[in-house]
Amino acid sequence: MTHQFPSLSPEQKKELSDIAQRIVAPGKGILAADESTGTMGKRLEKIKVENSEENRRYFRDLLFSTDPSISNCVGGIIFFHETLYQKSDSGKLFPQVIKDKGIVVGIKVDKGTAGLNGTDGETTTQGLDGLSERCAQYKKDGCDFAKWRCVLKISDSCPTSLAIAENANVLARYASICQQNGLVPIVEPEIMPDGTHDLLHCQYVTEKVLAAVYKALSDHHVYLEGTLLKPNMVTAGQSCAKKFTPQEVAMATVTALRRTVPASVPGICFLSGGQSEEEASLNLNAINQVPLNRPWKLTFSYGRALQASALAAWQGKTANKAAAQEAFCSRAKINGLASKGEYKASGSADQASMQSLFSASYIY
Amino acid sequence: MTHQYPALTTEQKKELQEIAERITAPGKGILAADESTGSMGKRLNPIGVENTEENRRRYRQLLFTADQRIDSCIGGVIFFHETLYQNTDDGTNFSKLIKDRGIVVGIKVDKGVVPLAGTDGETTTQGLDGLSERCAQYKKDGADFAKWRSVLKISENTPSELAIMENANVLARYASICQQNGIVPIVEPEILPDGEHDLKRCQYVSEKVLAAVYKALSDHHVYLEGTLLKPNMVTPGHSCPTKVSNEEIAMATVTALRRTVPPAVTGVTFLSGGQSEEDASVNLNAINNCPLTKPWALTFSYGRALQASALNAWRGELSKEKAATEEFIKRAEANSQAALGKYRSSGSGTAAGKSLYVENHAY
Repeated sequence: MTHQFPSLSPEQKKELSDIAQRIVAPGKGILAADESTGTMGKRLEKIKVENSEENRRYFRDLLFSTDPSISNCVGGIIFFHETLYQKSDSGKLFPQVIKDKGIVVGIKVDKGTAGLNGTDGETTTQGLDGLSERCAQYKKDGCDFAKWRCVLKISDSCPTSLAIAENANVLARYASICQQNGLVPIVEPEIMPDGTHDLLHCQYVTEKVLAAVYKALSDHHVYLEGTLLKPNMVTAGQSCAKKFTPQEVAMATVTALRRTVPASVPGICFLSGGQSEEEASLNLNAINQVPLNRPWKLTFSYGRALQASALAAWQGKTANKAAAQEAFCSRAKINGLASKGEYKASGSADQASMQSLFSASYIY
Repeated sequence: MTHQYPALTTEQKKELQEIAERITAPGKGILAADESTGSMGKRLNPIGVENTEENRRRYRQLLFTADQRIDSCIGGVIFFHETLYQNTDDGTNFSKLIKDRGIVVGIKVDKGVVPLAGTDGETTTQGLDGLSERCAQYKKDGADFAKWRSVLKISENTPSELAIMENANVLARYASICQQNGIVPIVEPEILPDGEHDLKRCQYVSEKVLAAVYKALSDHHVYLEGTLLKPNMVTPGHSCPTKVSNEEIAMATVTALRRTVPPAVTGVTFLSGGQSEEDASVNLNAINNCPLTKPWALTFSYGRALQASALNAWRGELSKEKAATEEFIKRAEANSQAALGKYRSSGSGTAAGKSLYVENHAY
């Protein structure tokens, strides 16, 4: 507790910090293309495409071989294990395709949630066994960052102290192991949007969860400058009767982060949760316009919110490939602008009318 | 844990945040004039002045009656209980005098350190009993902020986990109680500079201590925007053979704070510890010039580093009061500049200082 046994050398720290900075360079965010086989099945089923290894490869290839200008708005791509070893149509391994575009390669390393006994359906996340060896191999295979998702939910009795403490601890262990192997850990403590709770309640829970996460990271000697955070935005529950504007979501989100996330964390890359593509962009844009000091980059790490239109345009047909890529490019560019607070949604109400819904004197 | 039972109303939060912002407005810092009776004795003895209530009153008077030049440098003054109820020669209450010139009045509310049994001389701080009632009274008597000092030390075996946790907890309880009474709590987890440890060790310990403090504040539902932090700067121990530059102190300090102090905290007001007046100003200046994003105000809450020359010039003599006040004003202006990163130190070799700075040192 009193002596430091340095976990990282200055060179290791510099490498991690540089990787993190590259991922969240101005105007850039992350494409979360790490859907597990089962989850990919859910996406493909919607467009009536068979969940085969080839179809999964084809769709990822469609995204990864998009115009090189994509690297102006995508700083990193998160892979699922299978995808890391698949090849593009031209026969090149996907990590290489991505690296050639100057985009950083990431890998999902958790092994899914597991039940916490004695709770009301709460979970922790597994995947620590042999994680160090796996990370070392992923590093050799071209990865420079990793992602691990923990899940919490809001209800009358949740999240409990146990769920908060256990998930914070497992995230910190994962982060520590990643850094030992030259991988920047993206720390994802997702609080699910399900429920009837309002915006304030989500903010309160988010603050408690993030405070626990950063205490755990401190306890585990994690080098914050070499990490990224992937939180939920602060929103009302999906079944909440009251609706809130992007400005209110933005203010609640930035306030919660300012109260818990140290300035040394280089970037915060929001998950899109159940948001539509447009919602996710509008909210990110509003977040980047909040008139409070925001010492970290605030950008995206979107899965569905970057891919929904592309999937819908593709429909599994080769003839639609260009249209699908165009759709993906379009969302990527929009989110790139949103990460700078420069997205002007066409056809939406002008700024003035949006602002009138925002209660300037509301103290969160 | 899941439901919020709001500790403060929107109006209460607004008031607390505004007070904190006023104290740490650009170019302003705090005069820590809250030396207890015993500590005042340690200041007065070396200049041959008897430690009487009248002498303490006369001394604080020469500080508080400084002219309008300090109004742009001093955002708040921390009082000791006795002083809050003393008057100037012409009968004006000190608290009213300070408040009327637009400076926020603060009050030291802790009751000193007590030992933690089973540790190597470590302590916690007492003063929670009846604190709410005392705060309510101080608020009526003009105070808008408070200060509570916890102390930790670095040695082979310290600070222990118990000392860190206990002091963080008592600071959070104090902060919570203050806010209920409209008083902005200054949270002071001082890590003493005594020892042979180097800069890195101090940085490491500071990071652990501050992480514990902010977790405790979160657990106790403290409204961070309505608080201030009064930490030590990160420095080598007094007996450390390795000397470091002001820039190295600044970099280590800002790095430690960036890793632990949430951006929502309105201001960080450093204690001067054992630093000389000039060192305290030069270091604060270097901190404000550190090329890393610093989302809070970084200013001073100095006792000795604002008063040493004044005390020396005064030496208890009526005829020397004006000169003493001038010395205080000089330091106040110097630190105001330092808080803006614009302090030009006269005489000390800043060039020599810079050459010791290690560019690639990863903190």
